[in-house]
Amino acid sequence: MSALRPLDKLPGLNAATILLVGTEDALLQQLADSMLKEDCTSELNVHLARALPLPCSVNRPRIDLIVFVVNLHSKHSLQNVEESLCHLDAAFFLGKVTFLATGAGRDSHCSVHRNTVVKLAHTYRSPLLFCDLEVEDFRASMAQRLVRLLQICAGHVPGVSALNLLSLLRGSENPSLEDL
Amino acid sequence: MDSYDASKLTPRQDASSRFKDFFIGATPLQKRLESVRKQTSFIPTPPRRKIPQGSQLQEDVDPQKFAFLLHKQWTLYSLTPLYKFSYTNFKEYSKLLNAFIAAEKQKGLAVEVGDDFNIKVIFSTLMGVKGTQRDPEAFLVQILSKSQLPSEHKEEKVLWTGWFCCIFGDSLLETVSEDFTCLPLFLANGTETNTAIIGTWFQKTFDCYFRPLAINAFNLSWMAAMWTACKMDHYMATTEFLWSVPCSPHSLDISYAIHPEDAKALWDSVHKTPGEVTQEEVDLFMDCLYSHFHRHFKIHLSATRLVRVSTSVASAHTDGKIKILCPKYLIGVLAYLTELAVFQIE
Repeated sequence: MSALRPLDKLPGLNAATILLVGTEDALLQQLADSMLKEDCTSELNVHLARALPLPCSVNRPRIDLIVFVVNLHSKHSLQNVEESLCHLDAAFFLGKVTFLATGAGRDSHCSVHRNTVVKLAHTYRSPLLFCDLEVEDFRASMAQRLVRLLQICAGHVPGVSALNLLSLLRGSENPSLEDL
Repeated sequence: MDSYDASKLTPRQDASSRFKDFFIGATPLQKRLESVRKQTSFIPTPPRRKIPQGSQLQEDVDPQKFAFLLHKQWTLYSLTPLYKFSYTNFKEYSKLLNAFIAAEKQKGLAVEVGDDFNIKVIFSTLMGVKGTQRDPEAFLVQILSKSQLPSEHKEEKVLWTGWFCCIFGDSLLETVSEDFTCLPLFLANGTETNTAIIGTWFQKTFDCYFRPLAINAFNLSWMAAMWTACKMDHYMATTEFLWSVPCSPHSLDISYAIHPEDAKALWDSVHKTPGEVTQEEVDLFMDCLYSHFHRHFKIHLSATRLVRVSTSVASAHTDGKIKILCPKYLIGVLAYLTELAVFQIE
């Protein structure tokens, strides 16, 4: 059970693989289905996992983007993500990791404060996306966004790399985050 | 006799204290704009809060007067500031509200079987229910029924009670001009129809807006920690938590009861800085409970939703219902609720 490394395998021809990690199985499945429905020139592979580390026995392609899904209604999902982050090679955090927080729409059900997730994303220097995955329209637009991110991380978009994208996304964040 | 907790009061470390110095002499509109700007920028959760101290009621007030506020279930609402409200016009307000209620009931909009049309509305001030001198005085509205039978001529039954208060509402008071009275927390006990009628009258007369105040699981766990931290002579009730597990066809409820002294012992082992509660301590306290439960039942309570917290100090439900049991910590409980109400208004 070794740490996942971003460049330890050769890329497949025109293939882009995304790994969704989270405890909310139903939501991950729905998001995966929405992503696969998208029109995309690359061949998409979507892998789902409850937690890292991933079992070594499976033969899987090189993973281009990892999305950690945190449900703000459940502290358990946050703890699960925090534990999984330890099993990731540091090189992944150069633009190939994204955090996705769901459930912010229904504040009365939230047991995790959104600032906790913001701090987590800030600590790992990775972008944070908010989306209510239970609402179909939001899920569809998030799927579109993730597909685009995945294409960039897999190197299928000429002129933009994962690291470029990271610094672009970081620039638009609120500068007061530095106070944390 | 409880020992007075002589911990030093640490000032709140949020952004408002930094901005306060720059805005002395600014108009209320400027202050309001600044406060809105603060909200849209990054606001961290308050990293620490003061543990409610006992005996915070004003010195010259008899605590027995508040006995009727305890042991009753109150539904919480947040209320925007009241325009041109005056504490001297209570008699006039009583008459107007009485007429309004009578008119509404005769319209047939709120008809209850066996309803007594002889009702009386009383407005009164609740002296001493405030945090600092700046807070406006709390006031109480009661609907009493006048009995129609001459033999019972002295008896009046309270049909509905509602009270408005503001405890440590400084962040709201600063941004509001002179004509407005800020009483962001409203608590009601009685039938829903009466609450709706009273709410409509207040909204029409004072141009304010009521919203039900829901308490989410995050705030409920803060309440559990803060109330367990309160020093009590003797415990009246067990500490109880209720979680709701979302699963089809109908949700499952998990209830966890702890002996209050055990809960206090757990809190004491987690607690470090005297007089304050930090986010880490709350998380650790709840995690201890979750891991204990997981060890016995293999259920991750952290994946469920905390719905109700019940301690000897007070008990709160996520739908915005509260019952206060201990008079000593009344102000402390109300302070936290006022904070939630102010947050909802803003």
